[in-house]
Amino acid sequence: MNPPTNPRAVALRAGLHRARLELRHALTSAQELWNLLFFPAVGMFAMFLFRGVEVPGAAFSLGTHAIPGILAMNMMFSGMMGLAITLTMDRQDGTLLRAKATPNGVIGYLTGRILSRGGLIVAGLLIPLVPAAFLFDGLEPARASTWLTLAWVLTLGLLALLSIGAILGSLFTDPQASGIVMVPLTALAAISGVFYPVSAFPGWVEQIAQAFPLYWLGLGMRSALLPDSLAAAEIGGSWRHLETAGMLGLWAAVGLLLAPRVLRRMARRESGTDLQARRKKAMQWS
Amino acid sequence: MIEVRDLRMRYGSVDVLRGVDFRVGRGEVVALLGPNGAGKTTTVEILEGFRMRSSGEVQVFGVDPARGDEAWRARLGVVLQSWRDHGRWKVRDILDHLARYYTPYRDPYDPDELMALVGLTEQAHTPLAKLSGGQRRRVDVAVGLVGRPELLFLDEPTVGFDPQARQEFHDLVRRLADLEDTAILLTTHDLDEAERLAGRILILLDGVIVADGTPAELAERVSGKTEVRYTLHGRRHVEHVEDGTAHVRDLFARHGDALADLEVRRTRLEDVYLSMVRDFESKQRTEAA
Repeated sequence: MNPPTNPRAVALRAGLHRARLELRHALTSAQELWNLLFFPAVGMFAMFLFRGVEVPGAAFSLGTHAIPGILAMNMMFSGMMGLAITLTMDRQDGTLLRAKATPNGVIGYLTGRILSRGGLIVAGLLIPLVPAAFLFDGLEPARASTWLTLAWVLTLGLLALLSIGAILGSLFTDPQASGIVMVPLTALAAISGVFYPVSAFPGWVEQIAQAFPLYWLGLGMRSALLPDSLAAAEIGGSWRHLETAGMLGLWAAVGLLLAPRVLRRMARRESGTDLQARRKKAMQWS
Repeated sequence: MIEVRDLRMRYGSVDVLRGVDFRVGRGEVVALLGPNGAGKTTTVEILEGFRMRSSGEVQVFGVDPARGDEAWRARLGVVLQSWRDHGRWKVRDILDHLARYYTPYRDPYDPDELMALVGLTEQAHTPLAKLSGGQRRRVDVAVGLVGRPELLFLDEPTVGFDPQARQEFHDLVRRLADLEDTAILLTTHDLDEAERLAGRILILLDGVIVADGTPAELAERVSGKTEVRYTLHGRRHVEHVEDGTAHVRDLFARHGDALADLEVRRTRLEDVYLSMVRDFESKQRTEAA
């Protein structure tokens, strides 16, 4: 056969094509942009009001200090949860079934969904960073080390968030179920040092926060974007890059190990009669 | 293309399919006809490899669909009932995208050629969410055809269509049947649709195939009979008999002037099908009660 081609490689390439189209659809959709940028916009507005308040133990604006954490939190909500909700909705509306009916279609579908979501996360980080650099004194986006740190923190963070998002998306039976996960996630965001240094909380709260990737993602982002002197406000008075890489890497590894199994199970179970049942249910609600 | 022997499917304690047998040959257009709940969609999903059967033997292209690989899948076309998936995708984009997956296996349709075939050329750059119901179903058909399948599944293709969209869709399916050597298995609950489109009709009722033949054969099988309707002492009677003349003579002899509203006519396939469906539905209601 000419050209000689491996079907899975073809599906992966089709997945790249899919990711490009999906990303273009998302970035030209008012609804998607709203979902992506609403939270950082509100967060930045609130922090702008707090720019005069100082971080405990440091002569530095609490407002500026919170910006990296807010961006990390947005990565979790719009990235991880966004992927989970998209996967759930794709089962409800037949996108997944269509992929199943196509040879190697599920490979292309998942490649497209995961890569386009990754692209959206990066856009959701970079777009707010532009006004933030002007609005908040003390952010340091001009250093080379900023972008180096951002690159590895983002890579590990994306792997962890997207694989967990894929697992959650496979487990949810309908988009409403994702609401249940949002409650503990919001609680997690509250204790992960996004708005206020975690070292100000009781020890056991610190322990819980450090078990989850959000804290480490926020820490990594702070280390990238804030002056090095601010490390003093963190646990142990250090940016703890080694621990950050270790914890984010661990979550990414566990996620990457589990996600393919869970996704395969999800794809195998999909059929048209299930789709019809869900459609009927959704129509009763609307 | 398709060989099904003693196919059975049981959900919990309910037998949906109770021993289904049929075959579909190369290039044939076959309608699986039956009321809602007869097991049509379940049958098609088992053939598509989307659902595990309880027992029986099923082969599509000589392969058990439960073990069909992606090369096997590339020979099939599945027309799904789309609802709102890929709403932001433009018609040409989705056809171009899905065609890519088939390239290692066969020569897929060029998107422009395919859009011309199903009559969507003008909508090439319209997002799916902005199409009418009929146009959207054409996209579904185009997606089913994109890999130039040897066998195409059409599950309830015209549900929810207005008469004109239905007519146009029927024209499209007839064009497909003539066009290439593609076998089509379509499900419908509408006898009229089955008669118009299919070379052969399988009637699926209560989990078994109760009739299998060309529309002409099925019509002939019942057309020897005569339908006699009358009212006697205020009660309506409908009877299908072999010898209408003798039966009517006998009725007059027995009841004389008490016989009223007498109608005598040839039994049509439609009458027989509808009475079978009525029996099935009343049986379902009794079982549910």
